[in-house]
Amino acid sequence: MPAESGAWSPYLVGLLIGLLSMATFYFSNKPLSVSTAYARLAGMVGNLFARVHTENLKFYQDTKPNVEWGMMLVFGMFIGAIIAAVSGGEITFAWVPALWDSRFGSDVSLRLGLAFLGGVILAYGARLAGGCTSGHGISGALQLSVSSWIALACFFVAAVATAHLLYQL
Amino acid sequence: MNTPANPLSEIVPPVLVIPSPADEQNDPYEAGKPDSPRQLVLGLLFGVGLGFLLQKGGVAKYEVLMGQFLLTDFTVIKVMLTAICVGMIGVFSLRALGLVELHVKPARYAANIAGGLLFGVGLALLGYCPGTGVVALGQGNYDAIAGILGLMAGSYVYAETSGYLSSTIQKIGNRGGIMLPDLLGMRLAVFLALFVPLQVLGLLVMAQRAP
Repeated sequence: MPAESGAWSPYLVGLLIGLLSMATFYFSNKPLSVSTAYARLAGMVGNLFARVHTENLKFYQDTKPNVEWGMMLVFGMFIGAIIAAVSGGEITFAWVPALWDSRFGSDVSLRLGLAFLGGVILAYGARLAGGCTSGHGISGALQLSVSSWIALACFFVAAVATAHLLYQL
Repeated sequence: MNTPANPLSEIVPPVLVIPSPADEQNDPYEAGKPDSPRQLVLGLLFGVGLGFLLQKGGVAKYEVLMGQFLLTDFTVIKVMLTAICVGMIGVFSLRALGLVELHVKPARYAANIAGGLLFGVGLALLGYCPGTGVVALGQGNYDAIAGILGLMAGSYVYAETSGYLSSTIQKIGNRGGIMLPDLLGMRLAVFLALFVPLQVLGLLVMAQRAP
């Protein structure tokens, strides 16, 4: 097999993520999903500055801004990533990705500004669509959820178009 | 359109014919009740596993995700499709044994499409998804910090508009927690018997054409 993009085979990693998602259904009665944790975290920040306003927003009446399973999952992912990167000698310490640098230069503020903008659009889209790459893309898709397959197809089409606009024009 | 538990069920393996419990669609994880300490610890442990795997798979590297969307690197689809395929067989088997229940997200066609397209634009701009963003930070890609702050800001902006959206776009094409076999008028067993091999075939073709 030729050199892979990751340290481990993508099929092995996929297999293990599939088993992990079975485990979350069995042990926690929850599908893997990530993006809501950012919304809860944002709600906690909102509570610090404008508690009444935040509590009155419809979204935060349905999704309480507190530390729960999903937020612990995301915190765990950060730890797991450090363990994996350190053990594999893959820690990068970079502000600008190499591919971005080759196209847009090494200006850190440009990269951070567009990464922030990308994050805003990404989160808005995830909440509107009802999930992200994990909630829809893996957990929803494996449950044959119609909404997830529609969302996944839309993620991919729009990302391919945007990536080509950024790098192929 | 729905043909549950028809006479054929006698000759089909029991794995695929158990009907869903009536209360399965009521998602307890949206209920707002605080999670037990056990759940919090489990969440943390599952997170460590997931973060570790995503890093080892290389999918939190900017070049790998962008390579997928530039159609030069198929690592992301290989990981996702394998995970979907294994998880699908596993979760439906566990469910047939009565060990797990499903949590199918409601279909709201207009919101799924509009949100999905926005998500794709943001994904290619940031170069990390919400999950791989935190993994990217863990492996030392500091630009993910800006992405994470953007994710929090975008979530709050969404919350600001959530009241309006729920009375407009989220009402269009609202079909509840429907599944692909429902849409096609097929039985779950038949659908899985066709769809799982199709995914394996897709993986084999990718292994051949885009190694």
